[in-house]
Amino acid sequence: MPLAREESSPLFAGTAAGTLRLIFYLALAMVLMVLDHRNGWLWRLRYTTAIVVEPIYRLASAPADGLHAASVAFADRRMLTEQNQRLREDLLLANAKLNRMAAVAEQNQRLKELLDTQHSLELHVQMARVIGIDMGAFRHRMMINLGARDGIRAGQPVIDAHGVMGQIIDVLPNSATVMLVTDPDHALPVVIQRTGLRTIAYGSRNGEELTLPNIPMAADVRAGDKLLTSGIGGRFPEGFPVGQIDTVQPAPTGMFLEAHATPSADLDRSDEVLVLHDLAEPAGPPPPATPAGPPASDAPAPPSTASAPRVPMPTGAPLKPASAQTTGTPPT
Amino acid sequence: MSRQRLSFWWFVGTLLVSLLLMLVPLPHVLEAFKPYWPALVLLYWALESGDQRITLGLAFIFGVCADLLTGVLLGEQALRLCVLAFIALRFRSRLRFFPMWQQTLAVLALLLNDRFLQLVVRAFAGESTPPALWWMSPFISAALWPFLFLLLDDLRMRLRLQ
Repeated sequence: MPLAREESSPLFAGTAAGTLRLIFYLALAMVLMVLDHRNGWLWRLRYTTAIVVEPIYRLASAPADGLHAASVAFADRRMLTEQNQRLREDLLLANAKLNRMAAVAEQNQRLKELLDTQHSLELHVQMARVIGIDMGAFRHRMMINLGARDGIRAGQPVIDAHGVMGQIIDVLPNSATVMLVTDPDHALPVVIQRTGLRTIAYGSRNGEELTLPNIPMAADVRAGDKLLTSGIGGRFPEGFPVGQIDTVQPAPTGMFLEAHATPSADLDRSDEVLVLHDLAEPAGPPPPATPAGPPASDAPAPPSTASAPRVPMPTGAPLKPASAQTTGTPPT
Repeated sequence: MSRQRLSFWWFVGTLLVSLLLMLVPLPHVLEAFKPYWPALVLLYWALESGDQRITLGLAFIFGVCADLLTGVLLGEQALRLCVLAFIALRFRSRLRFFPMWQQTLAVLALLLNDRFLQLVVRAFAGESTPPALWWMSPFISAALWPFLFLLLDDLRMRLRLQ
């Protein structure tokens, strides 16, 4: 039987059909990418396929969990004792500080009540464990084991014992993705603790630090200054530590000072994180009240109701057109 | 019959394991050096079984699954893996009979091309360009290629799978 010439994989030239198929799939992929980029399909699809995706995440994080468990299991007694001792001391110190602070906090609360502001020092947090999976090198993402079922929503800040870690950008039923503050796409309104200067801390391209690219030339900023969240922007509550400034130099444009800071949170090492539940009060003007058009009942009755366009009129509820009008317009 | 089935599951299993390996975290220092496992396994099967197993459609679906898991941009890895599978299938008859070092170089070129594609896609998606260390991954992947190839080949021979 003579060998049939293999048409499917020729040695040098391919068939036109193969190229056409490639073009088809490339076009399909591009359409998918554009649609996803515009409409955020991926997350909706992920949410619906979460029943498959989440167990895979758990499976993928098993080696990391196993290593962690092994390091605890095989840690020697001396190390554990030392750690225990250190934690006890820390707790004692923290408690002592807290006791001192309690009185001040109470006084603060009273003064703030006098000033009629609603800032409170209480924290409503949920503790979450970090799921150890790789979201891609240099991607500054992290997964935690709380999700929509635990009441997590996108936009909630995530902190650890030392400072702000990031915010939740995407929620699955039982897990959520956190964007870290070091992500180049992340910006965080901060205030410099020593001087009260407000500025914005961006993530940086190469990972481990924060960049503050637009500090005024005349501003008093030094290495070692601490950064706190300023609460402006309405996402992060004010007063959480963000980082510490390492270097300050003029920006390449020469119009601003540029500072680099190290984040104070343990971005690589945290196992347990806290998800904050009370978002900062949104700064700026209050959201506009519901648009109050001319009240339907006040309008002069049209001569012929049959030809007039239908106006949706709440018939069941008692009509209070005058009060609706006054709440709609801000008092001047 | 049973053997055929077993070899099918072996094929699916290696693909799934490569997806899992993509997600398993490395220590922070080594993160940038992580090989791109799905591409390597796909390449192995493209060279080994050719059209019978690896088609562009399969590469596409595999890529969409990987996208779903990493959550970057739906279709990014689908595009990259399609291109990879296409080139590998087109030059399969030659790549298969290359000596190992030449094959490794070819794999390196394929993966560098893949990274370049990823860079273009990311640039269009408006993401920032990654640091220089990000380009290390293809070299690590290519360095691992001979071992992966021999390991998978050996296992296949031992298990007498297709």
